[in-house]
Amino acid sequence: MKELKILAVVVFFTLLTYVLVEPYAHGQMHKHVDSESFTYNDLPAITKTGDATRGQELIMGAGCAGCHSIDVAGMPAPMDPVMAAQSYGVNPPDLSNAGAVYDAKFLADLIKNPAHALKVEHKFDANGGKMHPMVPFYGMGGDIDQEVSDIVAYLQSIAVKTEDVTPAMAFENACGRCHAVGYENWTQIGTKPTFKYEKDSLAFDIKVLEYQDSLKAYMGKLPPDLSMYIRSRGEHFISTFMENPQNHLAGTAMPRVGVNADSAEKVIEYLKDAGDTKRHEREEIGMNVMIFSIIFAIFALLWKKQVWRELH
Amino acid sequence: MAHFTKATSVKDWLNQRLAIDTVEKVMASEYWIPKNINFLWAMGMILAVTFGLLTISGIFLLMYYQPSVDTAFYSVNYTIMREVDFGWLWRHVHGVAASVVFLIIYIHMFTGIYYGSYKKGREMIWISGMLLFVTFSAEAFSGYMLPWGQMSYWAGMVITNIFSLGSLHLDGLVEWIRGDYVPAQAFLNRFFMLHVFLLPLAIMGLIGLHFAALRIPHVNNQDGEEIDFDAEAKKYLEGNTKESKVMRFANDFLSKDLMVVGVFLIFFFYLVFWHYGFALDPVNFDPADGLKTPAHIYPEWYFLWSYEILRPFPVDIGLVAFGFAQVIYMLLPWLDRSPNTIPANRRGLFGIWFWVLLVDMVVLTAMGKLPPEGIFSTIGLVASLLFIAMWIILPFITMNEKKV
Repeated sequence: MKELKILAVVVFFTLLTYVLVEPYAHGQMHKHVDSESFTYNDLPAITKTGDATRGQELIMGAGCAGCHSIDVAGMPAPMDPVMAAQSYGVNPPDLSNAGAVYDAKFLADLIKNPAHALKVEHKFDANGGKMHPMVPFYGMGGDIDQEVSDIVAYLQSIAVKTEDVTPAMAFENACGRCHAVGYENWTQIGTKPTFKYEKDSLAFDIKVLEYQDSLKAYMGKLPPDLSMYIRSRGEHFISTFMENPQNHLAGTAMPRVGVNADSAEKVIEYLKDAGDTKRHEREEIGMNVMIFSIIFAIFALLWKKQVWRELH
Repeated sequence: MAHFTKATSVKDWLNQRLAIDTVEKVMASEYWIPKNINFLWAMGMILAVTFGLLTISGIFLLMYYQPSVDTAFYSVNYTIMREVDFGWLWRHVHGVAASVVFLIIYIHMFTGIYYGSYKKGREMIWISGMLLFVTFSAEAFSGYMLPWGQMSYWAGMVITNIFSLGSLHLDGLVEWIRGDYVPAQAFLNRFFMLHVFLLPLAIMGLIGLHFAALRIPHVNNQDGEEIDFDAEAKKYLEGNTKESKVMRFANDFLSKDLMVVGVFLIFFFYLVFWHYGFALDPVNFDPADGLKTPAHIYPEWYFLWSYEILRPFPVDIGLVAFGFAQVIYMLLPWLDRSPNTIPANRRGLFGIWFWVLLVDMVVLTAMGKLPPEGIFSTIGLVASLLFIAMWIILPFITMNEKKV
């Protein structure tokens, strides 16, 4: 039929233009980075079986709590976030759920050699006198690999179960000390509370600004607010960037985050909740509108047939 | 004064004052449409429906949008997308419709070129249509500024820069257009005004002109047949609806219009709900930042072909070529010297010209988006030169066309 042939021509040129302008052009403009499924193959496997009780003693002895809080174990932060950032550049994380959010191999490597695990050796070169603010664990006299395994086992033992990690927990642990998410009310020093008096609200904002000043000095620029990143960068980009920022942006000051695959998904979900809040509603209404449109088209077709019966 | 009698019904009352029966005949039941037309003749109705969708969704967006450089991005991406019930839906409908309307405009335009629907008495239809294309372009550009994202800002910067006209260095003119040295509050405010008031007003006026221009010469048909509308209409009204070569606009053709619109809406809503990324550029979900130029700045897809005609040349030549591309379609009724109003496939050289032009437009569109490096630059340059050459030879290849 002639009309179908014409339609085929229209569809062909439309699709051709679409493919060239969208998938093809974007493929040319942006480097494609494949996901490594958060396996961290560059890091050595953990060969020793860790002992959590021993790990707890090691953590106490090694002085981790000098910088890190472990809330679940009743160890508070030695400094508030603003002061901590002034000392270290960024607030050292609370370790309560580190065992659930981060990959075990990554944690083990991080404890021994932070700049290596974080892939920021271009920035922190110990031989050049530029130490990473996190002091490496040099061992407590025994087999260092065994000791590191024990510490990791301890962190895993106190953390929530992997399936209980919430999107907010994953995000706040892995990203939230550098990145604000304004649309979720998240600042680098925590969720901004609702204050009764404006001066309290402003005082909080000042703390955030002070924290950001330290962070800026530490990172080179203020890490961006991630509110709309799920729309501006997309899931694949964020996921692969989180996995290894150097793959996308060689030389960036952003460290490798080291989250495990589950927590990476949770982070993405958190960003979807921030920047693509209505996605479930969109799917649902979309289906209803499609059903309506199809029924409308069928009735329009039947009406046309009825009217044209008199014409041909 | 006209003679009025006591009305026998509401309709009669209205009829005496507004002549609604006559209007209905002129606009619908005795507005004669040839029967030998295909679904491409329904693009006008699709455009009307899409413009309606744009207007309605635009009204809802306007209730929450804030034209301020400090709050515009937030009002769109937080207030409208998260807080307002169905705000996301109106935004997606608006964004996707703004893109799809250009797809349909291009189909509508190339249908006109293919069937010679700008010739012999239909010149005003073509001109008013091209004026609509220009105003729709301005409307799309001004609307693109409003979310005040990175692409809004930088596209605004690049496009307003064009008005410095290269070596003429009319920087004062650029500042006058922007109301500032760079796109800022004054810039956003005036583009907001253009987008929600002046340009829609112009578009509505031009749509009226476009419809009026169509009423007297009637629409063309797919066989290039000269139809005696009065004789055929007489046949139809006498009851020979099957023998007559024409049909009423309403409900005869309207029923087909609506059928095509129905199919279009399935496609449109699929895009709105599942495939909107092409129309809502990711880069524009980063807030405007005058200190951070995006790696790739490109216009929306429907401007790419003319952007590419600007790009491969040195500044001044590029601007001349760009100006040429902007006005040349408008002159089509006079550049085509052929006496025939028939489909391109029966017009010899013109048939080849048509398909080469269409393919060249697609190539230019693709190259306009791709980074201007290596082979893409070369292809872009060749395609631009071909575009210009095609329009220069058009009068010569159509001049000797024999009357059929």
